[in-house]
Amino acid sequence: MDTTTHDRIRQQVTDNSVVLFMKGTPVFPQCGFSATVVQILSHIGVKFKGVDVLADSSVREGIKEFSAWPTIPQLYVKGEFIGGCDIIREMFETGELQQMFEEKGVPVRA
Amino acid sequence: MAMDAVTIERLIKEGLPDAQVSIEDLRGDGDHYAATVVSGAFRGKSRVQQHQMVYQALRGRMGNELHALALQTSAPED
Repeated sequence: MDTTTHDRIRQQVTDNSVVLFMKGTPVFPQCGFSATVVQILSHIGVKFKGVDVLADSSVREGIKEFSAWPTIPQLYVKGEFIGGCDIIREMFETGELQQMFEEKGVPVRA
Repeated sequence: MAMDAVTIERLIKEGLPDAQVSIEDLRGDGDHYAATVVSGAFRGKSRVQQHQMVYQALRGRMGNELHALALQTSAPED
């Protein structure tokens, strides 16, 4: 990964409280795993920025290295990597996800 | 390219020798699996770290030959 890509990803996760690196867009996800995370975030009412990795192959490969995580989607909250689809789903089911957002000061729908 | 469940299990156990691994072929297509991995090595690690350990054991196959592996990891209960 070149430094430009690294800096661009760093910038995205710093400038936005909640960033989802995904395949497709929040309105039109192109992959079931990305769609699942979009649904969960929408369900709990968290605003997020979707980054479509299909639109940029350097980010698509770069984010895997950046997070040491081999798959998409990837959720970042306040600059911290939270997990992929399985982890987000598991955290949502146990209520940890909502708790994590509240602890990090990200508004969720009451 | 698909991978068979036996290979996935073998790779995980090579990386995490004490692991109890169960693998389910979700669609019967050799491409979408769910794995439950229980290992003492997961103690004190976050979920992200636990999954990263499994991905490391799979040596770069995850996201390539192996398209979908739903993971559930935990440490054994005492």
